[in-house]
Amino acid sequence: MHLIVAPVLVPAVLAALMLLRPARLTRLGQRLSILAMLAQLAIAVALIVLSADGEVRVYELGSWPAPYGIVLVLDRLAALMLLLASVLGLAVLAHAVLTRHDQQGWHFHPLFQFQMLGLNGAFLTGDLFNLFVFFEVLLIASYGLLLHGQGAARLQAGVQYVVVNLVGSTIFLVAIGVLYGTTGTLNFADMALRVSTAPPEEQALIRAGAQILIAVFALKAALLPLHLWLPRAYASTSAPVAALFAILTKVGVYSIIRVTTLVFGEEAGAAAWAPAGWLLPAALLSVLVGFVGLLAARELRLGAAFGVIGSTGTLMVAASVFTPETTAAALFYLPHSTLAAALLFLVADLVLRRRGERQDRLEPGPSMPGAGLLAVLFLLSAIALAGLPPLSGFVGKLLILASVADNPAAWWIWGTILVTTFLAILALARAGSVLFWTRDDAPPHRERVRAAVHAPRLAAPALMLVAALGALTVFAGPATAYTRAAADQLHSRTAYITAVLPDSGVRR
Amino acid sequence: MILLLTCMLPFLGALAVALAARTGRNTQAILAGAATSAALVLILLQAPQVLAGTTSAFAMPWVPALGLEASLFMDPLGLMFAGLILGIGILIITYARFYLAAEDSMPRFLTFLMLFQGAMLGIVLSDNVLLLLIFWELTSLSSFLLIGFWSHKAEGRQGARMALAVTGGGGLALIAGLLILGRVAGSYNLTDILLAGLVIQGSPLYTPALVLILVGCFAKSAQFPFHFWLPRAMAAPTPVSAYLHSATMVKAGVFLLARLWPVLSGTELWFYLVATTGMVTMFVGAAIALFKDDLKALLAYSTVSHLGLLTMLLGFGTPMAAVVAVFHILNHATFKAALFMNAGIVDHEVGTRDVRRLGGLVHLMPIATTIAVVAGLSMAGLPPFNGFISKEMMLEEAGRTVWAELTWLIPLVATLAALLSAAYSFRYVSHVFFGPRRHDYPRAPHDPGAGLWGPPAVLAALVVLIGFFPATIAGPLVQPVAAAVIGAEPPYFALKMWHGFTPALFMSVLAVAGGAAVLWRHGEAVRMWQRVPVPDAKRAFDAVVAALVGASRVVTDTLHTGTLQRSLFVLFAATFLLAVEGLSVGGLGGATRAGIPASGVAVAAWLALVAGAVAVVVSARQRFLALIYISVIGLIVSLGFVYLSAPDLALTQISVEVVTILLLLLALNLLPKTPQPTSSRLRRARDAVLAGIVGAGVGWLALAVMTRAPRDPISAFHWAQAKPGGGGTNVVNVTLVDFRGFDTFGEIIVLGIAALAIYALLKTAVRGVAGRRLLAWVPETPESPERHPMMLVVASRLVLPIALVVGLFLFLRGHNLPGGGFIAGLVFSIALLVQFMASGYAWADARKRLERHTLIAGGVLVAAATGLGSLAFGAPFLTSTFEYITWPLVGQFELASALLFDVGVSLAVVGAVLLALGQLANLMQRAARLEVDAEPMDIDPTRGAGAVR
Repeated sequence: MHLIVAPVLVPAVLAALMLLRPARLTRLGQRLSILAMLAQLAIAVALIVLSADGEVRVYELGSWPAPYGIVLVLDRLAALMLLLASVLGLAVLAHAVLTRHDQQGWHFHPLFQFQMLGLNGAFLTGDLFNLFVFFEVLLIASYGLLLHGQGAARLQAGVQYVVVNLVGSTIFLVAIGVLYGTTGTLNFADMALRVSTAPPEEQALIRAGAQILIAVFALKAALLPLHLWLPRAYASTSAPVAALFAILTKVGVYSIIRVTTLVFGEEAGAAAWAPAGWLLPAALLSVLVGFVGLLAARELRLGAAFGVIGSTGTLMVAASVFTPETTAAALFYLPHSTLAAALLFLVADLVLRRRGERQDRLEPGPSMPGAGLLAVLFLLSAIALAGLPPLSGFVGKLLILASVADNPAAWWIWGTILVTTFLAILALARAGSVLFWTRDDAPPHRERVRAAVHAPRLAAPALMLVAALGALTVFAGPATAYTRAAADQLHSRTAYITAVLPDSGVRR
Repeated sequence: MILLLTCMLPFLGALAVALAARTGRNTQAILAGAATSAALVLILLQAPQVLAGTTSAFAMPWVPALGLEASLFMDPLGLMFAGLILGIGILIITYARFYLAAEDSMPRFLTFLMLFQGAMLGIVLSDNVLLLLIFWELTSLSSFLLIGFWSHKAEGRQGARMALAVTGGGGLALIAGLLILGRVAGSYNLTDILLAGLVIQGSPLYTPALVLILVGCFAKSAQFPFHFWLPRAMAAPTPVSAYLHSATMVKAGVFLLARLWPVLSGTELWFYLVATTGMVTMFVGAAIALFKDDLKALLAYSTVSHLGLLTMLLGFGTPMAAVVAVFHILNHATFKAALFMNAGIVDHEVGTRDVRRLGGLVHLMPIATTIAVVAGLSMAGLPPFNGFISKEMMLEEAGRTVWAELTWLIPLVATLAALLSAAYSFRYVSHVFFGPRRHDYPRAPHDPGAGLWGPPAVLAALVVLIGFFPATIAGPLVQPVAAAVIGAEPPYFALKMWHGFTPALFMSVLAVAGGAAVLWRHGEAVRMWQRVPVPDAKRAFDAVVAALVGASRVVTDTLHTGTLQRSLFVLFAATFLLAVEGLSVGGLGGATRAGIPASGVAVAAWLALVAGAVAVVVSARQRFLALIYISVIGLIVSLGFVYLSAPDLALTQISVEVVTILLLLLALNLLPKTPQPTSSRLRRARDAVLAGIVGAGVGWLALAVMTRAPRDPISAFHWAQAKPGGGGTNVVNVTLVDFRGFDTFGEIIVLGIAALAIYALLKTAVRGVAGRRLLAWVPETPESPERHPMMLVVASRLVLPIALVVGLFLFLRGHNLPGGGFIAGLVFSIALLVQFMASGYAWADARKRLERHTLIAGGVLVAAATGLGSLAFGAPFLTSTFEYITWPLVGQFELASALLFDVGVSLAVVGAVLLALGQLANLMQRAARLEVDAEPMDIDPTRGAGAVR
């Protein structure tokens, strides 16, 4: 039973242990970090297996029952998110260690593990204020990682990232204040019950609180027009960190799905499905602007950053319809979108390491050593990001298209997704053609790239992500069955609520 | 199962070739050839049953939620295409083995080719349309790689991108079309869809589905106006062209038209869309082909024209036309693949593909000439070759079809197209191989080895054999395939050379004679042609793409200026609007809670608070001043907490205030004292308005929430349970360390991370640009000669023990009275901060015993260990316990496990504050180029008042 709290404790304790020896980087720290990631992966797998029986499991921290204490809640969605985070984390960590990116600044590994702690905690918690705390952990750790390795552009984009997100946190607090003031509780399940029985004179405030809260989550999900902070921040940080950040927008998506289905769903009175009205247009615009940005990008990493916006938008399109079918489609596309974006960032990192001064700018360069493997990886990441077969994105897109077919806005959704897929194909074909096909051996190519960066083993983490995407494709049947079950669990919320609040009695 | 294996074989072959990249070319070609041959054998083994009417099938669930199944089936139509794909595949592999130059990578080529072959095979064998879509897009992707194989050539890259954009883009329309089709039919399995013709044609969604599917098919099969990608794809190596444009890639669209013929055809919409497009494409392709001097371009446009012919036949919607289409698919594949390979031979041996530089090769290359004559005349539609028969049948059907009551239109266009087709075929044969022998060939031409001429010769032999014995050789295939296309028994037809004196024969004769005449006057025709304004498709495509990229750049650059102001403006505006939307829906009651009367002191404090906030805004550009005002606000907020009976909050607020202001003072010292304004006056006015609105909105929200009576809040439980359940009478502290200890655990980690981030940031900031700027730093204000004022040093030393005792006191009583680990940690920090400030960093630092990192880590670990302790007793993480023990002298004393947790909190707070301080001080020292001051209370006479260095 204590396994549920392990995803939070393992990174916390191991990160703290790494800090006991405050050297810049120790072999021990590296090993502890990898150990922590492996442990988290194992725990996540165990939790997936545990959650597969459909039971919602509750962990009462401090033995205080909900709603008075904080509870962690493990359902299928939470387990899925934990698994995704640990798979992504492991690949990114391996990439950072292999490329020696972790040596380029201070405290990479503790910050990395704290970041994982924030992610895991956000996915598990069943309490609104505790979610805020984990958002803070996420934000501060990500800020540290964002700046890791320095650079003026990184610093400038980083300032914007942290200021905008701190303002977001403040707004989060306002939303919590409004919702606590009107419902008198912070526990999700309890809040769900209290919102559905709220007297009419409270309903306007509750709806306002819901809208403000979801706006904060939309900011995290980089939904238009709240996406402005993302492109520069992701493009100017180091690629492995950006790869890890591919999941940060999904924390926003996760929170939107969780809170809306549980608290502001069908029975929420005036607040019922309050965000749905504006989320769908915002998501459609995100898809469009994201993939337009991908086409416009002059650097691969900036393109990937816009790809994150577009692909998260695609996911949000399905997530903002709020039917079991669409939620299931969204939950299938969610891991794909995360891993695909991360893969593109890792590939971008491998590319720019081989191109000297040209970095990842989309302009012809001299032939790259080991370009064959890299070209294959780029092709696969492009296929994944554009959502083409044979990788899971195609299945995901088909699921999304099929699931929204009965929606009144179906034509808009179909049109947007298919047209933007075309834009993505165009953009990625151009990028690949310039990077891998066009040669320009003329100077300036003075910089000699160190031999170590050519080693094919550096591509292993990227290949691991490819394998994960491949597995998601081959096992799309079981995976969609799982996400469908997860979506059903979300949409029939009684199981969650009765698990968290078995009765209204008081303990001790 | 055999079907699955068949479908997998090309992919396995691709894998084998890729793995054998280090072996020789022969090995690789044999591997690829073996995989293809094995697949072909498996197909042929099943052929008798399939042609007899038993379709072979395989089905495996894949994604049931989507209706996507890995289901394959092979009926005669699939069989014919699979045979063509694999049969011609073997020939192409053989040909490519000898065609590719030494510098071309054979394993790469064959891997792509086998991937493409597998994808093609998947299309024709898929039973599930979603599976078909997967293979469909795979052909687009793999053909992209094949067309761009010679990536050093710009036209190769452009051609590849164009092909991908058009065929892949068309595939996206097809996705939509097939999804609609499947939803209407209730299944995505072709076998079910093919039975649902009535439902489909009766559905209001028939039109969108049809249009979308047709866009996909037309794009793939290079129908006008999507035809332009096909000639550009000729930049590929010739084996690729021969494969893609005879039997495979471009036939995929025709295949799908044939596949869905039973359910989609027969309506007016189908006829006008498909037949018209086909007719136009047939004519346009043939016309352009006549004027192309590049052999491959000539063949490319000829392919476009023949694809148009096939599309037109399928568009007629009559069973007989479908029969002809099936027959012509077979014939076209044979002669066109042979001709492409033949053009490749010419290119390979002579060194040019330009018709104007060729001629008279008959004496030098007799074998190639023979192949060209056979295949070329078949393409022209001359007897006794197979092309003649299917063309005759086509003309026959065209003669019977009426387009919008214009009886003459289709026969006329078909005859004209046949005429042009004859003309360019004659040109191919006569201008290249006949005529006077030249002396300026780029290379000395001679027939190639059997590896190159063998494959086209096999096909040429088929051209002749089918021509002579159509009913014997092609008949047994065409009959069942046509039945599969029509979905019923086909009408009676006879495949034979001589049909008697029919109108078709007359049209045919006209076409051949006319074709010869046109070729005779080719020069004049070219001059005429040059006066016809033909839009350049490539330029148009490039312009569209460039416009798309340009527009997307304008949009992207306009939206994303990267300014912080814009990000914040949008965030505030959006949140405000959403909140207003929320408030406008649903009921909103008034205040339900009695207010507290405001005392004079409270009003005065409130006014000071407002004034402080205004002062911060006004003095925002004088940073030190602003900081002072901020501290005023903090102070009044703490007083407010005291006034409202929240001593813990007041203590926390004030100690946090002291620590942050101290650290900010240190940081500000290095920053310019008066930053330049970054926004225009108008912008600032706009921002001020928004800020005012949002501020008022938040104020109103706070008021609205505070003036309503709480509805049974959970805090009531906390009040009630603090003592009996948590063992403390200070409900704030019990909440922090017990009820919501998990939050606190998270927050001390946040604090620790913040300190680590500051440390990591500043540790490396001394390098690079930032480091250079730091070294160039000049203090803007005069400095005191006393680096460490004696008064301050003495006072701070006296304060230290007192402060520590106070901190300890606050810590110990925290569980029951105002205080606690967090506040105590802050008090300790302040006491130490003052030491650093008064006596200098180095002096104080030398006296610390513990690493600051260790403090943070220790804090987190102690807190975690306390929480984990409860696991030993089978209780969840952070479960607390407490015991009352009686100490001598002290009396009864409570010992709570939460106290240990609080130790962790204190440690983390002290560590975080000191870590941040240490790094800032370090930076300061560097910037001021101070030598380390080991001695406190020193005086530096060089630093006179006003002597700014």
